Amino acid sequence: MATAAAQRTAGSEADGAPDPVDTTAYQHAFDAAVAADERIEPRDWMPDAYRATLVRQIAQHAHSEIIGMQPEANWITRAPSLRRKAILMAKVQDEAGHGLYLYSAAETLGTGRDELLDKLHSGRQKYSSIFNYPTLTWADVGAIGWLVDGAAITNQVPLCRCSYGPYARAMVRICKEESFHQRQGYELLLALSKGTPEQHAMAQDAVNRWWWPSLMMFGPPDDESQHSAQSMTWKIKRHSNDELRQRFVDICVPQAESLGLTLPDPELRWNEERGHHDFGPIDWTEFWEVLKGNGPCNEQRINQRRRAHDEGAWVREAAAAYAAKHTGSAGGTGHETGATRA
Amino acid sequence: MTATVPATAALALGDDALVLSHRLGEWAGHAPVLEEEVALANIVLDLLGQARVLLSLAGDEDELAYLREERAFRNLQLVEQPNGDFAHTIARQLYFSTYQQLLYAELASGDGPFAPLAAKAVKEVAYHRDHAEQWTLRLGDGTGTSHERMQHACDALWRFTGEMFQPVEGLDADRAALETRWLESVGDVLGRATLTLPEGPRTGAWSAGAGRQGLHTEPFGRMLAEMQHLHRSHPGASW
Repeated sequence: MATAAAQRTAGSEADGAPDPVDTTAYQHAFDAAVAADERIEPRDWMPDAYRATLVRQIAQHAHSEIIGMQPEANWITRAPSLRRKAILMAKVQDEAGHGLYLYSAAETLGTGRDELLDKLHSGRQKYSSIFNYPTLTWADVGAIGWLVDGAAITNQVPLCRCSYGPYARAMVRICKEESFHQRQGYELLLALSKGTPEQHAMAQDAVNRWWWPSLMMFGPPDDESQHSAQSMTWKIKRHSNDELRQRFVDICVPQAESLGLTLPDPELRWNEERGHHDFGPIDWTEFWEVLKGNGPCNEQRINQRRRAHDEGAWVREAAAAYAAKHTGSAGGTGHETGATRA
Repeated sequence: MTATVPATAALALGDDALVLSHRLGEWAGHAPVLEEEVALANIVLDLLGQARVLLSLAGDEDELAYLREERAFRNLQLVEQPNGDFAHTIARQLYFSTYQQLLYAELASGDGPFAPLAAKAVKEVAYHRDHAEQWTLRLGDGTGTSHERMQHACDALWRFTGEMFQPVEGLDADRAALETRWLESVGDVLGRATLTLPEGPRTGAWSAGAGRQGLHTEPFGRMLAEMQHLHRSHPGASW
């Protein structure tokens, strides 16, 4: 945000509220920067609502990564070959890593990981509803990779150009890894589809169950989406929900054909006039029900998350106590002290 | 190369890595802090990679992993022990990775059939041992609760440690020297962690070299049942 460089030294709102005259000037500079496709950086002035929207969106994304580990981790111990086991483990590890990048991005906006986790655990912040569906068979691991990660990529690639710098840069890394995830899912399903009749049936069943929930991942139709318009103006979001959903359907149809699997929608067909596939109506009642907490796994997912956090409390406390003893400082919550090989 | 590799030793080392990677993989989604999800997954992937190389030296990796009965596995009983709390997982990791690092360093310095694998693996294992050491220090010298839990974990797993120094057919290593260095190293870490080196027998009538002979503990059968069920449910299928 070159035009606002001078304002960095003037401090952000968090450092002390500027007077109303200054705010107007800052607002103009901010609007101009966004309009010129410049990146907003953590120390630049930004409207409170922009900051709040980003925190909400990044937190929800981070929470989705760590809750999203659960349905797939459900199959790590049962993966049917060592190669598949290694791939799945690496994928679940990537998701933990994505959670780390994203919580860090939120931290640049002044909201720490502990606060966000607390909001997740107490139900005040959400994660993607897709993870409230169960992984019933091994093929679900493939369907998640192909469809769920495929939908996520469709949603996330435009975020690499999001107006907020740290989020956009995190998304560049995340999207690279997500495209591996999507390919491993496709490849897993292909092996099943070409395998025994039982394996083929397993793959088809998984696609039948994951197709509609994947389409719901793009959010409600444009005319019912409460945050969309403002996010588009701010260039946090660059395409509408329905545009992205259509793009995803158009990508999936030929891929399903190559997989030798069908998509469970009798109304799905190419529309020459529109240059897109038409598809059947989405059951939004189901979407809102799952969002409200009535999906098959809502309670299970959040309970496991809370349990892991609660059962790990003594470990984090020990790390903080050790750090305090050996550095003379308070030592934080143990986040900094986790011995990862980064 | 396969012809010159002693299958018994390849299975012993391969099964250790396979079984421990499986146990550590059970932590996914349950770790005490996000950084540990990443760290434990790294160790899982390293060990699984080692297991795949080692089992492939003895036969088909998937046939060996998924189609053997529990009595045919040659891993140490230590690595099959359930995760328990985080302290148990760390104690198991400290004991095992210290042993593995010393053993692989020795194998890497020789010209035996395992030298190439050991040379690569020893670098990975150094990280595993360091990770276990760092956590042993934090838990031992952290809070009263963590100290108590860590001491309890070290004590509980102590009786499985003698097995590591039993001879393995085809594995050329000075077991006595290995044991001395292992005791020194573990003793040093526990001392710095304000923990006491456990006393009491390190082997029993049941556990003395038992895992290497195919005698395992009860939790191992359940672990294998979970690991093998899908593969076994579709005989001959490719994945």
